[in-house]
This record gives sequence, C-alpha cells and structure tokens, in this order.
Amino acid sequence: MPSEEISLDHQIILGLIEPQSSVLDLGCGTGELLYRLIKEKKVRGQGVEIDNRAIYACVAKGVNVLHGDIDSGLADYEDNSFDYLILNQSLQQVLHLETVLKDALRVGRKVIIGFPNFAHYRARLRLAFAGKAPVTSSLPYQWYETPNLHFLSVADFVDYCRSRHFKIERKIFINERGVIRFFPNVFAQIGIFQISA
Amino acid sequence: MTKGRTRHHQPGVGTVEIKSFSFDSLLLESGERLGPVTLVYETYGSLNQEKSNAILISHALSGDAHVAGVHEGRNNPGWWDSMVGPGKALDTTKYFVVCSNVLGGCKGSTGPSSINPATGKPYALDFPLITIGDMVHCQKRLIDHLGIEKLLSVVGGSMGGMQVLSWLVRYPSKIRSAIPVATAARHTPQQIAFNEVGRQAIMADPDWHAGNYYDRTPPDRGLAVARMIGHITYMSDASMTEKFGRQKQVAAKPHKFTPDFEVEGYLHYRGNTFVRRFDANSYLYVTKAMDNFDVSGGNSLQKALYGVKTKVLVVAFESDWLYPEHQSKEIVKACKLAGVETTFCRVHSNYGHDAFLLEVNEQSHLISHFLKKVFNGYEVTDNYAV
Repeated sequence: MPSEEISLDHQIILGLIEPQSSVLDLGCGTGELLYRLIKEKKVRGQGVEIDNRAIYACVAKGVNVLHGDIDSGLADYEDNSFDYLILNQSLQQVLHLETVLKDALRVGRKVIIGFPNFAHYRARLRLAFAGKAPVTSSLPYQWYETPNLHFLSVADFVDYCRSRHFKIERKIFINERGVIRFFPNVFAQIGIFQISA
Repeated sequence: MTKGRTRHHQPGVGTVEIKSFSFDSLLLESGERLGPVTLVYETYGSLNQEKSNAILISHALSGDAHVAGVHEGRNNPGWWDSMVGPGKALDTTKYFVVCSNVLGGCKGSTGPSSINPATGKPYALDFPLITIGDMVHCQKRLIDHLGIEKLLSVVGGSMGGMQVLSWLVRYPSKIRSAIPVATAARHTPQQIAFNEVGRQAIMADPDWHAGNYYDRTPPDRGLAVARMIGHITYMSDASMTEKFGRQKQVAAKPHKFTPDFEVEGYLHYRGNTFVRRFDANSYLYVTKAMDNFDVSGGNSLQKALYGVKTKVLVVAFESDWLYPEHQSKEIVKACKLAGVETTFCRVHSNYGHDAFLLEVNEQSHLISHFLKKVFNGYEVTDNYAV
C-alpha cells in the first residue's frame, strides 16, 4: 500500500482520538499509528501484534506491545479498560469477527475500525469485466496469499452495525485523493468508523 | 536479524574483580534469623552522578555473580558475556550493571557450605530454608549499600526472572523497569517434579551423608545426575536432535551399558563438570526456594500489581517447554489487567529453555531498546531504527 494512503488513514484516526486518552491498538503492526498517538496526543497506548518482526519494530519505537492474536487478545480485559480500541486494517483478518467486535465494544468505550472497501469501483470493474478477484491498492493481495478472511463493503458494515444496534458515531471514507463525500460505497478505498455500544 | 551466537564478538568488559559485601543479619521470610550474611558481587560500567543508570542482573539456578568479562589470569567469560559489555544489550558504556551471587548459593555468598559461626563448621543442613524473596531482600541491601536509590532495571532469566518478579511485587518503587525472561510466577507440578528428582538423586548418593560431606568425598554422582536431568529440561527435542542425532561416540566399550550415544556423553560431561563448580546442598536449597516460590503468595498477582508504575518487558521462547510461553502470558495478563505498561514478546527459537542464554540478537534488540526508552524517561524519541 502506498505510504500516503497509510498516512491519510492514520491522520484521520489521529484526529478522532482525544488527547491523553487510553488506546488499545489491536493488530498494531510496526506501531506507526501508536507511535504518533503517543507523540502527538500523549495517549497511554498499548499494542497487540502477532508478527515478531513488527513487534521488534514497535519495541524499537518505544511502543508497548504484547505478542498475541486479536482473537484472544481481548477476553482478559475488564469492561471499559480503554477509551479507544483501534482495529485498523485488522478486523477483516479476524477469525471470530462477531466475538471480537462485541468484546471490543465492551473493553473500549469507543471502537475505531478501518477496513478496505470491497465494493470500490476498481474492485467492481475487475470482478465484472476481467472476471477476477479484485487486486487493488487497498486490497493488494492475490487470492492465494491474502490474510483477509472477510470481504466487506462500507455499505455492508453500515447494515451490520444497524442490525446489531451499534451506534455509528463517525464515518469517514477515503481514497488516494483524499476524503470522499459522495457515493462512498463506490469511491471509497477505505472506510473508517467510530462506533460504540 | 540473523540467528546465532556468534555475532557478538565485540570486545567485552575485560578483566573484572570479585567484590563482597557483608551485613550482620537478615530476618528470613520463614521468621528465622541468619547472620552474618555475605554477598559476592561484580559490577560493570560506572554509576553516573545521578545514580540513575544502575541495572541489577539476577542469575539462574546454576549461575553466579560472574556475568561478563574474565577474572585476572583466567579465560572464563561470564555466563551472559554476550549480553553485557560495551555496545551490547546491557551497554556498559551507558549503564552500571550489578550482579550478586544468590543467598544459598556456593560462589562466595552465604549458603549451606559457608561456616556457621555457632559451630565453626559448614552449616550443611543447619542452614535455614530460604526463599526467592530472601534472595531479593539481600540484593536490596546490596543496592542500598551501593547508594542506589532506584534501579533503572532488574533483569533475569529462569530463576533470575523469579527474582525480577519478586522485586516487582516487593519493591516496585525501587525499580523503574523489570525484565523477566523465560520464567514463571510460580512452579507447576511438572517443574517441581523435575527438581524433586534432582534432589532425590543427590540425597540417594551414599556420599551425601545427610549433607555432612564437607570434610570428605562430596555426593558428586548424585549432583551430576541432578545436573543431567536439568540439562534435558533446558534443551528441546529439536535442539537435541540437531546437536546429537543418534550419533555414537567412537570409543571402546568396556561394558554393555557404557554411554555410547553422543547425547549420553554430553550429559555425562555436563554432569561431571558441574560437580567441580557447584555444591550439592546449595542445589537442594536453591531448587527448594524455586519450588516454594509464588510471587503473589497464593493471592492474585494482578491485585499485587495495581498502581505499579514500573515498566515491564516479558520475554518467552518458543521451544522452551520447561518455562513455557503460557507461564509468561500469565504474568503478562496480570500486568495488563493491573494497568502496568507491558511489552511481551515470544521469540522464535529452537534452543528450548537454554534460549535465554543463546538467543543473543533478538534479546539484545528487545532489551536494549526497552532500556533506552526507560532510561530516557519514557519519552518516545524521533530516532529509531529497526
């Protein structure tokens, strides 16, 4: 994924988070977002990550990180342990998505979720005209190597939240040009949602 | 990052001297009083003016105060020489590193082989039962003696990790960070069982004489067997297979059951060299202290850690079945639920429990960066490199 795009979704998440709050980043990767949150928003940050190399990168940045997978990372925590729980680019890779989401809404007062929009028009075109599984800048993997387990559109997620009575507090849609305001389900490459129980 | 033991060939700390510190008496956790108590220790690097750069290393069962460097006229690098020295994980150009031999040990600190002032003879089994907590109380005395108000960190693997956890619970305000490696908050029945077989091997040796062997032949056979059992638990199936396979030693066979597999020869060698440097009674006392250890005294560790401001780095190793990952995770869980700032990493390794002595690169990366963060007052800096 181009780094610009990464910085845009990080920038947006950065803007959602109150200074000096507590943040748990599930699937924090190399700790880039947490690092910026700690530095710029003075948050009390904690990451969870499964990949050793990513963990070493977190430690090198001085970011607190726990080796573990997202599916089992939440159960231990008490209710409302964190002001924010971040699942950025990781929800679609979680095995037991419903359990994780419910736990996330229990452990975090607010949950921020960022995921690639499977209904972006380029993905649609590739599927419709080439007859091939989408490979785009926000969905960069071939079908045989993708870590993504769930393929969802931003519209799917809105429907899902409605059906589960989750409150959508904020929704922001982006592509490589910036923030999208119209027809997000077609033009957004990434959807970022802030939800609460 | 490449695996291996060979990367760190930087010049070490050079020649180091053994120091010692004594105090009149210590009230043990059992309620008994022991004294006088001597601790033998070594230091590396120098204490800064603010006395804010001191790191205590706690050693494992068979370790001692000699962590790094060599002794005058000898070629005997310390047991963590790869981790402690200029430019290494515990960088002696920045930090002042201290390690003392544990109470109950046999490398100069007071233990069962020391002279009992009441009788003028070695204590042997008159030595009181000691705990990991007692070891830590002694270390605290030493740190006070060195004029250190607050340690930058306490680091240790295996039994050393138990001491680290003990510091964390007993003296959290005296340590800015804690690094327990390949350890547990308490022993499982399996861990106690292995130690008990070791102790029984010693006590079944006719030379043991109920611990009174200091003026005659020591129970070397029993102690060697205890050490052999230990070594089996320190390695993994994979590391043994890689190291020995089913290779046989080329040697004449005087009788049917002469050890002929290489792994047998290795264990014999390990057992036989161990008895030259370790006291059988110390082995009994120290393993018992490990078995009796429960960092939170049967209560919840999480509760014991509430409000603790110490930063914690927990490290476990993938193939370590003696102190498996789930025991480290238990520590991590208590820390995270208590709101303690914690980092946990399970390092890939085939070495089994021995990994904490052998996986230098990964451990160095984790420990050096973690310490840097703590030392710089937890400020996240802009300069980082992976």
